[in-house]
Amino acid sequence: MASLAVPKPPARTRGRSTGGGVGPIGIGVASLWLSLIVLLPLAAVFAKSLEGGPGELWDAISAPSARYALLLTVAISALVALINVVTGTLIAWVLVRDDFRGKALVNAIIDLPFALPTIVASIVLLSLYGPRSPVGIHLYATKPAVILALAFVTLPFVVRSVQPVLMEVDREAEQAAASLGASGWTTFRRIILPALYPALLGGAGLAFARAVGEFGSVVLIGGGIPRDTEVASQYIAKQIETDRPASAAAVSVALLLISFAVLFALRFVTKRKDGR
Amino acid sequence: MKIALRTAALTYLGVLVLVPLAMIFYRTFEDGFVAFFESVTTPAAISAISLSLLIVAIVVPLNVVFGLVTALALARGNFPGKGLLQAVVDLPFAVSPVIVGVALILFWGNDGWMGGAIPVIFSLPGMVLATVFVTLPFVVREVEPVLREIGTEQEEAASTLGATRWQTFWRITLPAIRVGVAYGVVLTVARSLGEFGALTVVAGGVAGESQTLTLLVHARYIDDHNTFGAYSASTVLMGLALLTLVLMTVLERRREA
Repeated sequence: MASLAVPKPPARTRGRSTGGGVGPIGIGVASLWLSLIVLLPLAAVFAKSLEGGPGELWDAISAPSARYALLLTVAISALVALINVVTGTLIAWVLVRDDFRGKALVNAIIDLPFALPTIVASIVLLSLYGPRSPVGIHLYATKPAVILALAFVTLPFVVRSVQPVLMEVDREAEQAAASLGASGWTTFRRIILPALYPALLGGAGLAFARAVGEFGSVVLIGGGIPRDTEVASQYIAKQIETDRPASAAAVSVALLLISFAVLFALRFVTKRKDGR
Repeated sequence: MKIALRTAALTYLGVLVLVPLAMIFYRTFEDGFVAFFESVTTPAAISAISLSLLIVAIVVPLNVVFGLVTALALARGNFPGKGLLQAVVDLPFAVSPVIVGVALILFWGNDGWMGGAIPVIFSLPGMVLATVFVTLPFVVREVEPVLREIGTEQEEAASTLGATRWQTFWRITLPAIRVGVAYGVVLTVARSLGEFGALTVVAGGVAGESQTLTLLVHARYIDDHNTFGAYSASTVLMGLALLTLVLMTVLERRREA
């Protein structure tokens, strides 16, 4: 899933100055396509949210259950990103530095949450941690259930961003540190971790952005109890169901701005790193 | 230390992914294969599977054609607003599926900007538009880097030798990018089959009419309290996801070769 990474800047620009492979018609078609499918519908959300003026927009976002849903979403997504930083680094480490039977299978499992439909993720977790739990763990409609669902769908991000960097890390510096008497933990903290920072930040940022908008995996196991386990996307869906499009648009805009801010910051960070 | 780390990593994966997956398989097949088969061949299930496949059959060609045009424009063109176009291609990754549904209702709906020009709510066009939205980046993002990598020398040589634009595209460009296109298509198919959030908002999920496989899973679990039915339908989706993973691995190998 290389496509989920922040795209690299163009390696080289060649060919004719304008037009290129598809000519002006192609550029026109592409622009029209992207506008009709993506840009204009999103613009309609922003326009709808501002229809009643900024006062109404603010009222819709700061309504008690809307505000609670937004804050819960951000808090839980941040926590999930943090969990991923720890577990993702651990899994990447084991996949790169350790060797055991079935490692290839474990490596393949990492991508499963990307391939699995989100609603299936919800059902899968419910079968083990839901009302009929065979292990006696009942998480249905609790905050830990939401965290579990989000950790499931965001599993690949940090692993897949850290793994390639870990493969490239200079083993000689590590061996030098070890021969000078540094413990394994010190070597990891002083030599390896600094090299991993950009990848960790990138992976955690993508995981956060994904968690903020997540719906399908949370919808069944989270229960969607207002002011308890209802995340922002569930709140928005409910506003549409109860025919309150203006309120849905307002909370959508708030949620969009949060993910845009994170992804923009990420792009800025990765660009600076590339430019060094 | 090594063993401890390995155990910790495998325990996390087991608790989060493997054991729950195994549990679904167990629950699906505990009453035998026949019960599973009957549950996924009820009229509602058949119609849901057909609708999911129909959406895939419409979305894939749309995304391939427009994705190729967009990738070519972005990789080869040099025009004002290109940076903006680049950003718009990545937008669907940053938008919650539920917001996609809201956006489509506000843009295409009866009270929307297009004033109901296309009947999108509770209908096939709406489900297709929603699915196209969420899968739009895949083909573009898989093909564009390949286009940059292969450069334009061969294409220029072909056109110097008198090939038309179409001939150059079919004989030179397309064969060079076919693995990238295939990878983009696999991702598009997987995401199309699995889309749920945008469809719940747009489609409503009327059984036998606007209910896809994912909406069927949800309806069986929540509305019908048919847990077994939800598990069986999930198993079908899981089988498709596994197939996707296998195809991705195969294509990844071919790309590296």
